[in-house]
Amino acid sequence: MKQLVRLAVVILAVCGILLFTISRLNASQGYSGNNTLTVYNWGDYIDPEVLDSFEEETGITVIYETFDTNEAMMTKIQQGGTSYDIAVPSEYMIEKLKEEDLLLPIDHSKIPNLKNIDERFLDLSFDPDNKYSIPYFWGTVGIVYNSKQLNGMKINSWDDLWNPTLKNEIIFTDSPREIIGMGLNSLGYSLNDTDPHHLQEAYDKLVSLKPNVKALLGDENKMLLASGEASIGVVWSGDASEIMSENEDLDYVLPEEGSNLWFDNMVIPKTAKNVDAAHKFMNYMLDPKVAAKNTEYVSYSTPNEEALQYMPEEMVNDKRFYPSPEQTERLEVYENLGPEKLGRINELFLQFKME
Amino acid sequence: MDKRISPLSRIFLIVMFALLYLPIFYLIFYSFNSGGKMYGFESFTLDRYRELFQNTRLLIIVLNTVVIALLSALISTIIGVLGAMMINKVRSRRARDSLLSLNNILIVSPDVIIGASFLILFTIAGLKLGFYSVLLSHIAFSIPIVVLMVLPKISEMSPSLLDAARDLGASRWEVMTKVVIPYITPGIFAGFFMALTYSLDDFAVTFFVTGNGFTTLSVEIYSLARRGISLDINALSTIIFLITMVIVVIYYLITNRTKKAPDMEVFK
Amino acid sequence: MENKSTRSLYMIPYVIWIAFFVIAPILLVLYYSFQDLNGNFSLTNYQNFFTPIYLEMTLSSFWYAFLITLVTLLFAYPTAYLLTKLKHKQLWLLLIIVPSWINLLLKAYAFLGIFGTYGMANKLLEAIGMGSKQLLFTDFSFVFVAVYIFIPFMILPIFNSLDKLNATYLDAANDLGASRWTTFRRIVFPLTIDGVKAGCQITFIPALSLFMLTRLIAGSQVITLGTAIEQQFLVTQDWGMGSTIAVFLIIFMFIVMFATGTKRRRARG
Repeated sequence: MKQLVRLAVVILAVCGILLFTISRLNASQGYSGNNTLTVYNWGDYIDPEVLDSFEEETGITVIYETFDTNEAMMTKIQQGGTSYDIAVPSEYMIEKLKEEDLLLPIDHSKIPNLKNIDERFLDLSFDPDNKYSIPYFWGTVGIVYNSKQLNGMKINSWDDLWNPTLKNEIIFTDSPREIIGMGLNSLGYSLNDTDPHHLQEAYDKLVSLKPNVKALLGDENKMLLASGEASIGVVWSGDASEIMSENEDLDYVLPEEGSNLWFDNMVIPKTAKNVDAAHKFMNYMLDPKVAAKNTEYVSYSTPNEEALQYMPEEMVNDKRFYPSPEQTERLEVYENLGPEKLGRINELFLQFKME
Repeated sequence: MDKRISPLSRIFLIVMFALLYLPIFYLIFYSFNSGGKMYGFESFTLDRYRELFQNTRLLIIVLNTVVIALLSALISTIIGVLGAMMINKVRSRRARDSLLSLNNILIVSPDVIIGASFLILFTIAGLKLGFYSVLLSHIAFSIPIVVLMVLPKISEMSPSLLDAARDLGASRWEVMTKVVIPYITPGIFAGFFMALTYSLDDFAVTFFVTGNGFTTLSVEIYSLARRGISLDINALSTIIFLITMVIVVIYYLITNRTKKAPDMEVFK
Repeated sequence: MENKSTRSLYMIPYVIWIAFFVIAPILLVLYYSFQDLNGNFSLTNYQNFFTPIYLEMTLSSFWYAFLITLVTLLFAYPTAYLLTKLKHKQLWLLLIIVPSWINLLLKAYAFLGIFGTYGMANKLLEAIGMGSKQLLFTDFSFVFVAVYIFIPFMILPIFNSLDKLNATYLDAANDLGASRWTTFRRIVFPLTIDGVKAGCQITFIPALSLFMLTRLIAGSQVITLGTAIEQQFLVTQDWGMGSTIAVFLIIFMFIVMFATGTKRRRARG
């Protein structure tokens, strides 16, 4: 008993010392000050140096918190309890957040740098007139494949995946809309098609692909594709550029039938405390040089037209990640389908996994 | 190892330990990879470690994680032991099983559900999200595991032992501190260490109930996954692992030396 | 100290915990489970659960949880038994727990590397002449990693109940000419049954709702109720259906608890 009590006291003492250290560290970083901006973003989705220079220039301390799915982030914003000043959701989530009245309108007069954004990426269906969101990064869904492992085989379309020689070679992203959408696209239907017959058709077609599917994975797919564990992956373009930077044998292709165009945009959640700083931050991020630097670090595609001139040419001229306007025409942005139809897609997806 | 076990048994144990530590050594090995990835070792580098020592934000996160783990394990162990005593007092089998099932609900519920419902409860209660909400949640989901670890020890304690102590004139408090607690100490330690494990491993619950700049290591690691987990995290885990090992061994040596009887054990 | 109300004071923290962190969340989950997608009261979620897809999932969850528990027990028991015979047994026991303090996601990534086509495991298989095999995304790797995670949880309670086992019992049995197997079956195992049961509960119950490994290690080829709940909450954002599945999980757990509870009674005679 005595020993237990002594041990408890030691633990408490250790915790006391650690807590003191933490508070000193926090103070040294300025986290406990008043002029702070809380940014809620994906992990490692911003160049830390950009954050530093923003802090230097404005005197605002940035608190950087991270999330791992859009939906989990929405739950946090909805419940409150934390005052996020900036969040970076994907486009379909922006629509949902708007519906739930969780966003503050953006004052465009405070963001003069908005003019730097390519018009193709402004005023889109999920947020007309960009009333609530400012583009951060964008990308597509496509096929990344290792032509060396496939003996020089070329893949151009979704349909090519049904090739019987590709047995057990494909890794899918574990995401219902991407995969069911791929089925729809390969049949020539729209990604946002919700006709039950078309969905069933897409499902049946996907089931016939099952022998070629090795696994459905989350973010770990990058490691497996880059290391050659599987030779084909259906992935987001951001992941693809990540994978290709690690393994040169891999190539990324936007399927002929069409695919998805996605955005991660900056928004100001309703719970924001420092709305003024949030605008400053957005404007700062849209500065061409800052955006260029950030893009080089993150390696996703930037919507900032003016930033392109400050970036390495081979990056800008890469049609796979900066597709021409003709190419983007074949791409569709997800529409918010509403819970019932989304539920149906999810159910089909679960069934597909269990096949 | 000891001579009391056969060579075959020794091989079995060696294999078990090797398997348990295999993934950890794998992580440590690649923390020295200059290639920056967890496959295809290129050449040896200490860059990750250098980067690590300049990263104050990560240091704060690690310290947060340790404080939460230690405090929550300590408090949940105390409450869990009291709970196990209470369950042990219940005579009716049905009531006992029901109570135990209630106890286990948090173990069977997936983390998202626990996290989301705790989040709702905390916001209803008006608790500010951050250190305290995370601490409370970790205490909450560690209690059942402590109960499950302590209960078998309590229930196997023979009633005659307690009767004997009482016959000798021991007060209730004395029975508790001189007889019961020493007997169940191994269970208490098991509960404490399991609570520590639960706390260190938890991602989903912490994610939901944290806020205002407070983050733990798991939350940070999981949210890094989208862009690929950097080897900095491997290096960090290596350091944490080594420190833990040193603490464990030192702790063992100290407690062993202060004991007089050679066959006394740390946990007793 | 001696009057009845103060004697029960020690129960307060635990009872408060049950009320706020068990009962209250359960009520919330129940409340959500009766809500359809539009937030109206309905039983559709419960109807949905009784469709083949969820029933199949339930079966597979139970099957894998059972398999994982069984394999864990088979390896944990001898390990715990041998540990009690070691000189520095407490130190070795601690060393069994230490690996579980390293982040699970990281260890899972390590397993991806180890079981991969070019990984250590396959090199080993080739070296002993079995040829390389597809190990990742199979039932084998899934059960292996799950057992890896749960084994310290199983070893601890078994170790604790074995450790106090009186050596004189065993000597007596040996003196009476009992074979080792008989000694084990008649004396050791019955005396450690409480520890085994605690270990099985700590393994089986969370194994029912495993979700991360089903994707990471099994490549989503194994679907459990935990996976389904995860998807309902985090992809479809259908909290109603997610909660309903959780309600069933809890009911299943109650059934398991009562089933094992009765057995204990019988074993004790």
